[in-house]
Amino acid sequence: MPPDEPLVRWDWVLSHLDDPIGTQLAEHLRLSLIPVLLGLLIALPLGVACARWRRLYPPVFTGINVLYAIPSIALFFLLLPYTSFTDWTAIIPLTVYTLSVLVPNVVGGLDQVPAHVREAATAVGFAPVARLLRVELPVAVPVIVAGLRVAAVASVSMVSVAALVGLGGLGQLILTDGFQRQFPTPIVVGIVLSVALAFAIDGALVLLQRALTPWARGRAER
Amino acid sequence: MITFEGVTKRYPGGTVAVDRLSLRIPSGRTTVFVGPSGCGKTTSLRMINRMIDHTEGTLAIDGTDVREVDPVLLRRGIGYVIQQAGLFPHRTILDNIATVPFLLGWKRGRARGRARELMELVGLTPELAKRYPYQLSGGQQQRVGVARALAADPPVLLMDEPFSAVDPVVRASLQDELIRLQSELHKTIVFVTHDIDEAVKVGDTIAVLRPGGRLAQFDTPEKLLAEPADDFVETFLGYDRGVRRLSFFPARQLRLRTHALVPQTATAAEAGATAARTEEPWLLVLDGERRPRGWLAAARLDPSQDHAPVDPATPVGELPLTSYGHVFQVGQDSLRAALDAAVLSPAGRAVGVHEDGTVAGVVAQTDLGEAIWAVGNEDDGTGPAEGAPDAAR
Amino acid sequence: MNLFAEFWAWIGRPEQWEGPAGIPVRFAEHVGYSALALGISALIGVSLGLLTGHTGRGGFLAASLANVARALPTIGVLFLVVLFTGIGIVPVLAALVALAVPPILVNTYEGVRGVDADLKDAARGMGMRGWTVLWRLEVPVALPLILLGLRTAAIQVVATATIAAYVGIGGLGRYIVDGQARREYDMVVGGSVLVVLLALAVAVLFLLLRRYGVSAGLRRRGSGVA
Repeated sequence: MPPDEPLVRWDWVLSHLDDPIGTQLAEHLRLSLIPVLLGLLIALPLGVACARWRRLYPPVFTGINVLYAIPSIALFFLLLPYTSFTDWTAIIPLTVYTLSVLVPNVVGGLDQVPAHVREAATAVGFAPVARLLRVELPVAVPVIVAGLRVAAVASVSMVSVAALVGLGGLGQLILTDGFQRQFPTPIVVGIVLSVALAFAIDGALVLLQRALTPWARGRAER
Repeated sequence: MITFEGVTKRYPGGTVAVDRLSLRIPSGRTTVFVGPSGCGKTTSLRMINRMIDHTEGTLAIDGTDVREVDPVLLRRGIGYVIQQAGLFPHRTILDNIATVPFLLGWKRGRARGRARELMELVGLTPELAKRYPYQLSGGQQQRVGVARALAADPPVLLMDEPFSAVDPVVRASLQDELIRLQSELHKTIVFVTHDIDEAVKVGDTIAVLRPGGRLAQFDTPEKLLAEPADDFVETFLGYDRGVRRLSFFPARQLRLRTHALVPQTATAAEAGATAARTEEPWLLVLDGERRPRGWLAAARLDPSQDHAPVDPATPVGELPLTSYGHVFQVGQDSLRAALDAAVLSPAGRAVGVHEDGTVAGVVAQTDLGEAIWAVGNEDDGTGPAEGAPDAAR
Repeated sequence: MNLFAEFWAWIGRPEQWEGPAGIPVRFAEHVGYSALALGISALIGVSLGLLTGHTGRGGFLAASLANVARALPTIGVLFLVVLFTGIGIVPVLAALVALAVPPILVNTYEGVRGVDADLKDAARGMGMRGWTVLWRLEVPVALPLILLGLRTAAIQVVATATIAAYVGIGGLGRYIVDGQARREYDMVVGGSVLVVLLALAVAVLFLLLRRYGVSAGLRRRGSGVA
């Protein structure tokens, strides 16, 4: 790298807004959100089942913890022979990672529904499924969303690593446009956009939680 | 002695938690701060060990202004017991109790030895020493809390609603235990509670505080119940303060009648004669050791009444007797206990017993009524007998 | 393709166990970078967490910084630092520390702040000074959460230390990089599985630390935040 190279060359940024910056940002968003959605789709029924049939939880919890200990980076490479350079190479490890955050939060969220609320719901005549959908899950929303926020931020940050196995996203911007050309501007842009994206998704989830839990408004959120 | 002189706690916002409090807390006695929430009782307590600093006035322990002492050193010399016991979850019971000795730099063995002594003192079995707080019941945890406060043998003990988180039965036994401990240790105890019954039970003197942090009355429990200073204190004491006040008058002043006692070996005929002579409707049958066995209705022995006839030669011990209910101890109990025994007795009479359980005599309702009436008219200076509050417990 | 068969065949070759490119050397490099990064991160995260948790001040700022750090793409940090400092251990450590500090800091802060106010009141009431309250009460009670934060960080660090190979300083990631370059997938698999095994070993290590380091009076209590 030339010694007088600035951290950011604004002319490069402006002339490459659409491509690669815009396209990689969109790709990054797609690759990081799919695992979170998939994770939620799996974690909700799994968590509900664990909360209902208590004996299920210890083995599921242990399994998730072992999966969590398997680093997603290593999984990227282990999956390569099977999924090669398709999106699944990134999506599967990240989904596994989100599960390790989401399942405990779904179970924990359902667990902290006060017993008197549950009993009152039964007493006024909710059938079990209706009680789950209309009382227990809504009450558990703050805890579930808290898990989603952790999972989403982690997913956005980790998907960059998928560049090492040739997948797109801001990691590509950092690796091929920046590092391999010894050019710091794309790296800085990649970092800033990645952080901004994480915060944008986090903010969106906070707004989602507010919309879903109007009764909790005014209380401290964390 | 702990002296409050015009002690005020004013928070930066202007809120006054304690307002010009002046009182002298005698050494070696139990003083209770009582009052509704927001009366500043806990704040007053916490100013003594400087968990809260007062803003005006003087607060001194044995003449030393607390503000002139390093708060940390001050606190190590003052025992502190709080509502939820506040036991350290990561330490065994023994090490919880030894906390202050460890802080004072005692050797491990000496600190633990002291902790063992205290476990015994507060009625904890030695096998609890290695347990952790979560393995103990609420009552046991609170005993550990008291033991921990006593570990370095501080002359002053501050207790902030120590028994309010346990159920009433356990609370009563913890109160009894505290009274027993205090009779051995003679600490200067300052005790905060919102429960006036607890205050009357454990306190030698009681400070009633009113909302806004002002002192409403500072008196002995007996004086408080007899002469509430104003409407606030009277309302706070509750409606049955008259009956509760009887706790402070000894039962030994009661007239005990012994003429209607019959041994269980007496025949029905002899008992009938006693009943006729004394004109008592109920006879108390005693066993061979002069302990009460039960009431015998005189009517049962009267041949003119249309009962199944009783063989005049039958010993009364073999006749069906009415349970004597509960008794009061003549030497130790109060008028309140005697009244309670009489109200609950099927015969309407209270059985007084000596310490060994033998019958001292029977108190008729008329005699009891006179004694109670006399209490109500005794406030002309004669007051309860000296030492009566202690006897009344 | 059978993953385990590949791994066994690869690890069974005697030449894997010798020389500067052998497993013992690569393993030691990997563990060394990880331990160094974790040590630095623990120093920063635990001390900041204790400070903010104990005083109750700066907690929001610390949590916000931790959130930003959490969102940083690791390879971005790595490659950016490489451009300025060149190939070496500094960029690797920078990336790993940025990764490891947030969970340690957040868990330590939450753990200390979460100590029951009654306990702190009792501790002060018995005449403990601020430092004594911290060391004798807050740290031991918060230890399960502090360990949880360290475990999360350690697993991520061990996994991510793989990137050291991309800046040419070895570690187990070397097998992955070389294997990819030479299209020798058994090598990629071998390196990856070793990383997974190391991560599992770290998980077990923290299980033991929790078993022997945390007071039995606390062990039955819950887990905490991830």
